[in-house]
Amino acid sequence: MYYNKSMTQISRDDVQHLAQLSSLQLDDAETDSLQQDLENILKYVEQLSNLDTDGVEPTYQVTGLSNVWRDDTVLDSGVSREVLLGLPNEQLAHQIKVPKVL
Amino acid sequence: MVKISDYARMSALEAVQTALHKAKENEQYNALLSLTEDRALRRAQAVDGGEITGRLAGIPFVVKDNFLAYGAPTTAASTLLKEFMAPIQATAVEKLEAEGAICIGKANLDAFAHGGSTENSAYGPAKNSHDTSRVAGGSSGGSAVVTALDIVPFALGTDTGGSIRQPASFNGVVGVKPTYGTVSRYGVVAMASSTDTIGTFATTADDAALVMDIMAGTDERDMTTLPDFFVPTTLDKKLTIGVVKQFMTDDVDADVRQLVRGYIEKAKSDGHTIVEVDLPMIEYSLAMYYIIVPAEISSNLARYDGIRYGTRAEGVKTLAELYGKTRDQGFVTENKRRIMIGSYVLSSGFFDAYYQKAQKARTLLINEFNTLFQTCDVLVGPVSPTPAFKLGENTADPVKMYLADIMTVAPSLAGVPAISVPAGVTEGGLPVGVQLIGQQKSDALLLAFAKSLEEDN
Repeated sequence: MYYNKSMTQISRDDVQHLAQLSSLQLDDAETDSLQQDLENILKYVEQLSNLDTDGVEPTYQVTGLSNVWRDDTVLDSGVSREVLLGLPNEQLAHQIKVPKVL
Repeated sequence: MVKISDYARMSALEAVQTALHKAKENEQYNALLSLTEDRALRRAQAVDGGEITGRLAGIPFVVKDNFLAYGAPTTAASTLLKEFMAPIQATAVEKLEAEGAICIGKANLDAFAHGGSTENSAYGPAKNSHDTSRVAGGSSGGSAVVTALDIVPFALGTDTGGSIRQPASFNGVVGVKPTYGTVSRYGVVAMASSTDTIGTFATTADDAALVMDIMAGTDERDMTTLPDFFVPTTLDKKLTIGVVKQFMTDDVDADVRQLVRGYIEKAKSDGHTIVEVDLPMIEYSLAMYYIIVPAEISSNLARYDGIRYGTRAEGVKTLAELYGKTRDQGFVTENKRRIMIGSYVLSSGFFDAYYQKAQKARTLLINEFNTLFQTCDVLVGPVSPTPAFKLGENTADPVKMYLADIMTVAPSLAGVPAISVPAGVTEGGLPVGVQLIGQQKSDALLLAFAKSLEEDN
């Protein structure tokens, strides 16, 4: 586990780790303010631990649907490759350009 | 206030020009992020020329700026999508356009719909229609304000935990959060997939029913949509109305309670049966919500990486740096809070204690609702514990801001329909809404009940 034993203690390292998991490159000031905010929010939601949920099934989907399939056929989105290529900031040779991975 | 039928005597061009004129006259409310003027005028001419017909022919409307729609960028009130021109339109918008409705602009919201006041917009807050020193409510604040100001007779919003109902209450208009799965979410910026719904603001229950009727139905591009069950109806029987005790405690503003009681008295004098009911799981609903929803947000917002669309951060060397900086610059602080809380509750070692626990609690909440709906047709209470609060009043404390959602999140977690209808104004002149909650698929009944209690009915 990455976090301190008491769940509602959020350290600066925890914030930086969560930011990394979330692909967010935070500056120092925001890291500090988020540390306090996250701790307060987690303290609030932790009241759920007082609730007895033994033997209760979780509900992830509220209208009883599961595995809705569609035919394996191509749907025409009406959107051309040209239009999609017009959206990114940078393109090269009819492809989307990205910085190097490493 | 202006109704859809009031437009019958106007040409489409006249209706659209009037709406655009009113929108420009009311810029100080910051309710609209863009106008789709050119496209709207072209469509108005097509309606007047008879090329487009339908139940909403020539009726101007506004969409919250998290709906993909042509004619202006879809920003979600973020800088990340500042210049994003949608290559498709949302199914809901397409269905309304197929009936002749004309979108004239895109409304302000909390960035990515995260918030309850529209103060999290990257483009400044929308102002309340009754008092510009107060919040519009949120996250669909702009849509509520343009409806309340009679700029358009209806406007679309999204409601994940109260984002239509609360601003409707704060601005004195009707707001509909339908049963989960009623309207396709294809082409709408996703927030929390297990509670996101599409609904509308209007000035009457009848107009809201018409708009919902047009938008409802299955869509092969949104697998959670239900077969169309929405049939506008009129009330032909007396109902049993449950007053939820947990919604009427001393924590609720006295003015709000008084106006809600007044509404209940009116229902009683109309012959409906009033009973007091218990919904104890309400106590835990906000905690469930602020675990489940951030978890889903952290997943849904992972797509905003600046690669295929969106504003890319500049001066970066690696892909990881591009992601990190793009997201740091493109999201507002509230987006980051929710994404990071989501990452936390889904982390290995915490999943069971938070996410799984909340989903189990959700089952208990749903069970309580189901028990009440065995005897009650409608549950009633306030929408929000207070009327519109002052701009800046809650921004320093995220938990305090979240507490404003305490009455709206439970129906979202249960997937049941809930609407906000005007209950009157406080002595200070601020609107207050009453919340009507029904069982799944009772959306049309809720609106019929609301109509039966409307002032001029």
